[in-house]
Amino acid sequence: MQGLELVREKQKHRWEHFEHRADIGIRGFGATKEQAFEQAAVALTAVITEPEKVDPQQEVKITLRICEDETLLVDWLNSLVYEMATRKMLFGRFEVHIDKQHLNAAAWGEKTDVKKHQPTVEVKAATYTALTVRQAHDQTWVAQCVVDV
Amino acid sequence: MDTKTTLKKRSEYEWVIEPFGKMRVPVIFYGNEVLIKAMEQNVCQQAINVAGLPGIVKASYAMPDAHWGYGFPIGGVAAFDPDKGGVISAGGVGFDIACGVRTLRTQLTVEDIEPVKTKLADLLARKIPAGVGSRGKLVLGPAEMDDMLVGGARWAVEHGYGTTQDLDYIEEQGCMPAARPQYVSNEAKKRQRDEVGTLGSGNHYLEIQKVAEVLDEKIAQAYGLRKGQILITIHCGSRGLGHQIGTDFIKKMVAAAGSYGIELPDRELACAPVDSPVGREYLGAMRAGINCALANRQVLTHLVREALASVFPKAELKLLYDVSHNTCKQETHTVNGKAKRLFVHRKGATRAFGPSCAELPREFDGAGQPVLIGGTMGTASYILAGTDESMSKAFGSSCHGAGRSMSRSKARKMWRGQEVVNSLASRGILIRSRSFRGIAEEAPDAYKDVNVVVEAAHQAKLSRKVAKLRPMVCIKG
Repeated sequence: MQGLELVREKQKHRWEHFEHRADIGIRGFGATKEQAFEQAAVALTAVITEPEKVDPQQEVKITLRICEDETLLVDWLNSLVYEMATRKMLFGRFEVHIDKQHLNAAAWGEKTDVKKHQPTVEVKAATYTALTVRQAHDQTWVAQCVVDV
Repeated sequence: MDTKTTLKKRSEYEWVIEPFGKMRVPVIFYGNEVLIKAMEQNVCQQAINVAGLPGIVKASYAMPDAHWGYGFPIGGVAAFDPDKGGVISAGGVGFDIACGVRTLRTQLTVEDIEPVKTKLADLLARKIPAGVGSRGKLVLGPAEMDDMLVGGARWAVEHGYGTTQDLDYIEEQGCMPAARPQYVSNEAKKRQRDEVGTLGSGNHYLEIQKVAEVLDEKIAQAYGLRKGQILITIHCGSRGLGHQIGTDFIKKMVAAAGSYGIELPDRELACAPVDSPVGREYLGAMRAGINCALANRQVLTHLVREALASVFPKAELKLLYDVSHNTCKQETHTVNGKAKRLFVHRKGATRAFGPSCAELPREFDGAGQPVLIGGTMGTASYILAGTDESMSKAFGSSCHGAGRSMSRSKARKMWRGQEVVNSLASRGILIRSRSFRGIAEEAPDAYKDVNVVVEAAHQAKLSRKVAKLRPMVCIKG
């Protein structure tokens, strides 16, 4: 892949936050569903801290049984919420593979360091509010939901 | 359809949407025109969705601070009759089970606090575990965890955190009966292992406040409040355990809804009949979550007492009251002249029982239950009293806070944390937080005017104004 094509491809992997009066909406984009899930996870971290501040020192593996896409997104994000809470860790990099039976993922991160990460809020849970996993007209995958903070 | 236009004015402070489509009962919104105009469209839709749930009784209510929530609006109240297929909704209780407010009374005055305010702010910031990744001093093994989930604040008192006298001033006397820790997942328990006695983050806080105005002398006297008095208020919930119970059961209830013939207009309304295996399991687990929140606030109370004693050795901190504003409780209410056992959901709404309620402490006779309203770190909080009118108007419920008027992302763009801290400091309010971004997101102007919300609750007779409080020190979670 070269030049413009590479730029276009890169533009497909990104994340953003969207408006919710009481909480925050997180949205991941990707050329594949897996990438959209990875980017949604980066958006989740960005609710708490700047993702680039998190060093990928430790790898945590996550395996989930497959279900329909939207519930799977909530399960994926909630498993990260759980790992962050119980390990007192933050994650900055993600790799997701989805096959016919499982979502296999790795999350890289480090122990929460208040001085370094200046964490803003804890995420209580990913919710079913404004939840969608879909492919847009330009084939880009979008994975989004509101998280409760 | 623009559901907001279907709101009809019944009186200055009461608006109604008559049943249409799948609604079984009307929606009743308490608030004035200003609040109605400021309310998001989604709040009406959410209240309408609740009105369509099986077994709902009388109406789907929205309190004056209602805003867009998950399934239920935040500020939503709904009661369900188990004899008519009534449901219990994990979405209706939400992810922070029994999040609530507890206020402690001191005999100290503004003059006592002012000279040591900075010292106190720093001390509390050190002693109260707050914010992301913080741990409590208690680490609970599996057996202790179950004891805590059954015992609530009573468990905490038995372990040396506070006094038995405190228990009289907590809903359910500090212990929610019929909690079933066996229905709480291991994941939920693991999240809670070292989180008892932690404040959490987001809109949770600990404040030193002064009574700025007494608005009802008689009730203030019954509550032991006077102008210039120092109070300490804690706002927090059931921590990781409650969040995980919410996550676990919303998923279970979404999956099971079809098998009970329940059509969910929104997955977040996830519910099951009270009288069903999933319903019963959730009820037992949610009650354990309530006890977790009560234990948490009780342990935090002890930490505050310890901290304050190191500066004021003779200070006595008496519990005024402890309210939970995200719950589902079995209560008896009069419906069409008959006493009915109902399951009352309050999502971002405070129980506000009137003076006739038998279960309140004796000194509150004639006064009603204290209703504790958290404002913002820069404006005001209120103490209200439950009314007998509220029992018939909204199953004995009132508002719970100011309610956000702006999203966190927008607030972050509008203000810088450091500027908010400096501006509040110039007004004599000290903020301690581990995150400037968190402060920006919680900036006072990101919330509705708490005075307007409280006035609406007062005028609608959901509760009566007793005292207005001003913050002096705020430890942000």
